[in-house]
Amino acid sequence: MSAAEPPQGANSAPSGGSAAAKPQAWGDHTSAAEPPQGANSAPSGGSAAAKPQAWGDHTSDAVEVIGIARRFGDVQALDGVDLRVARGEFFGLLGPNGAGKTTLISILAGLTRADRGSARILGHDVVTDYRQARRVLGVVPQELVFDPFFTVRETLRIQSGYFGLRHNDAWIDELLHHLDLTHKADANMRALSGGMKRRVLVGQALVHKPPVIVLDEPTAGVDVELRQSLWAFIRKLNRDGHTIILTTHYLEEAEALCGRIAMMKAGRIVALDTTQHLLSRFSGITVRLSAPRLPSAWANRLQEQEGQVFYLGLDSYAELERLLASLREEAIAIDELTLAQTDLEQVFLRIMAGTETTDDPKRLAEVPES
Amino acid sequence: MILQQVRTGGWLTLLHKELLRFWKVSFQTIAAPVLTALLYLLIFSHVLESRVSVFGGQVRYTAFLVPGLVMMSVLQNAFANASSSLIQSKITGNLIFVLLPPLSPLDMYAAYVLGAMTRGLAVGLGVFAVTLVLVPGPLALAHPVVAIAFAVLGSAILGTLGVIAGIWADKFDELAAFQNFLIMPLTFLSGVFYSIHSLPPFWQTLSHFNPFFYMIDGFRYGFFGLSDIAPAISLALVAAAAVILAAVALAMLARGYKLRL
Repeated sequence: MSAAEPPQGANSAPSGGSAAAKPQAWGDHTSAAEPPQGANSAPSGGSAAAKPQAWGDHTSDAVEVIGIARRFGDVQALDGVDLRVARGEFFGLLGPNGAGKTTLISILAGLTRADRGSARILGHDVVTDYRQARRVLGVVPQELVFDPFFTVRETLRIQSGYFGLRHNDAWIDELLHHLDLTHKADANMRALSGGMKRRVLVGQALVHKPPVIVLDEPTAGVDVELRQSLWAFIRKLNRDGHTIILTTHYLEEAEALCGRIAMMKAGRIVALDTTQHLLSRFSGITVRLSAPRLPSAWANRLQEQEGQVFYLGLDSYAELERLLASLREEAIAIDELTLAQTDLEQVFLRIMAGTETTDDPKRLAEVPES
Repeated sequence: MILQQVRTGGWLTLLHKELLRFWKVSFQTIAAPVLTALLYLLIFSHVLESRVSVFGGQVRYTAFLVPGLVMMSVLQNAFANASSSLIQSKITGNLIFVLLPPLSPLDMYAAYVLGAMTRGLAVGLGVFAVTLVLVPGPLALAHPVVAIAFAVLGSAILGTLGVIAGIWADKFDELAAFQNFLIMPLTFLSGVFYSIHSLPPFWQTLSHFNPFFYMIDGFRYGFFGLSDIAPAISLALVAAAAVILAAVALAMLARGYKLRL
């Protein structure tokens, strides 16, 4: 599958079909003049409350970035980035520190201005139509920031009010429930642990039910159990039609959640494809073979050796069969043999090391049809 | 309707937040400045009541002092509210919660300045109420509308200056410099404690270049019907300053100066 093809089934949402299959869930069935069912007044647990509003012109991409560049002093933070994210995608933005991910997100959020290029959220330019662009975007910032004057509930109410939603308690209660913060609703923000503060940040980003949600390292400092419940909630939002853009250092999270992934390095996108395609393009099998010796014909596939333990890199299972045949032919007894599949971390490391890149830079800006 | 809700009033929440912010620490933000003003009143009136003659002896010095102290409290607290709110939000990083929503520069300006005005006027009212009890003799308001106009405009100007300083300063030290080397001297040298007619000619002339002088002199006219400068001139100058500073603050907000990198 190429990057231009729709990522059908690429998202790993556990049920309800792939999010990519129904990106218009909120765009086509709700009039812009009317709130979606249950919006702003849904009882706790009602999934309708999570559905984003009917913003935009129904045809625009969730995010469209064209030729964005930004320099800070001597550092070219972004160097002509093109990117399109379709409605309803669960999209991953990966890269090492300093790659430009947060700068790109800041430009989308209107926190940073681009030197050149343009960016649109659901068709709304982030500079010339910033009010609409910000209404349809929710951002979980990377920094753990909070206002020490207020309680959790006050914080969420205030954030809701900034978007003009002043009677939003039903949705705030639901957010508190999903984020496991109900028992801390009246606690001052200063009294919360780091993980709880992080979850309040998530709540603040979702409080106006934005159709496009950007999560910049949302699970940093959040323990494993709560991370799972947080992802379950985010997956649910994605199934309900919200577009999710995620940056994370936990690559297994990106692999499990994201339908497509862009990898950034030094202000440029160096890989952009569906997660499955990235994994398959860089696929490989690592064989750990414990044996007295290696068949002579396979010496060139040796990656590492520890005594009588050999690590071989194979391209496919067909090659594995040939390896086994060679072992039989040379009457080499196998003490132990284990296999490991390529994961996103290995793909990421290979791309960041510069040994692999996407084959056609023109494809970087392509987006699957939604 | 959600859409209509979204299109109205985000700035009202920011204003509400600004009011909650100082109300939650009202001992520090309201009671303490009222007490400070009272201490000024007690000490200066005790020391100078019998030694200083103002407006040709038509007004007792202690009574003369009251509107000056009220206005000084209004101005200083209006400045402190907007500037401290912004610098704290910038340094702790939570200003992002104001920058992410669809608030326009005018929304932000209105909320921060109205919040600052509310605190300034609340402290001013507090000082005035307590002095009514403590200062012997009647303290009539000859032109209450004029007094209110100067108090409102003065608090708006200092609230706006607070916005400008809060945006400009990158650290508390820079804000303190703005406050201690600009706001404080201009306030103290504006005729809070004296009539400029008691000054030598050079200092009298210099006082006319102090914008705070016009605010306090006009406010005092509202109390006694007496002033060093014609109140219409003061009002025009103060209103012009309010418009110019508002334009500067709005331009900074629209540019995202030091807010949106």
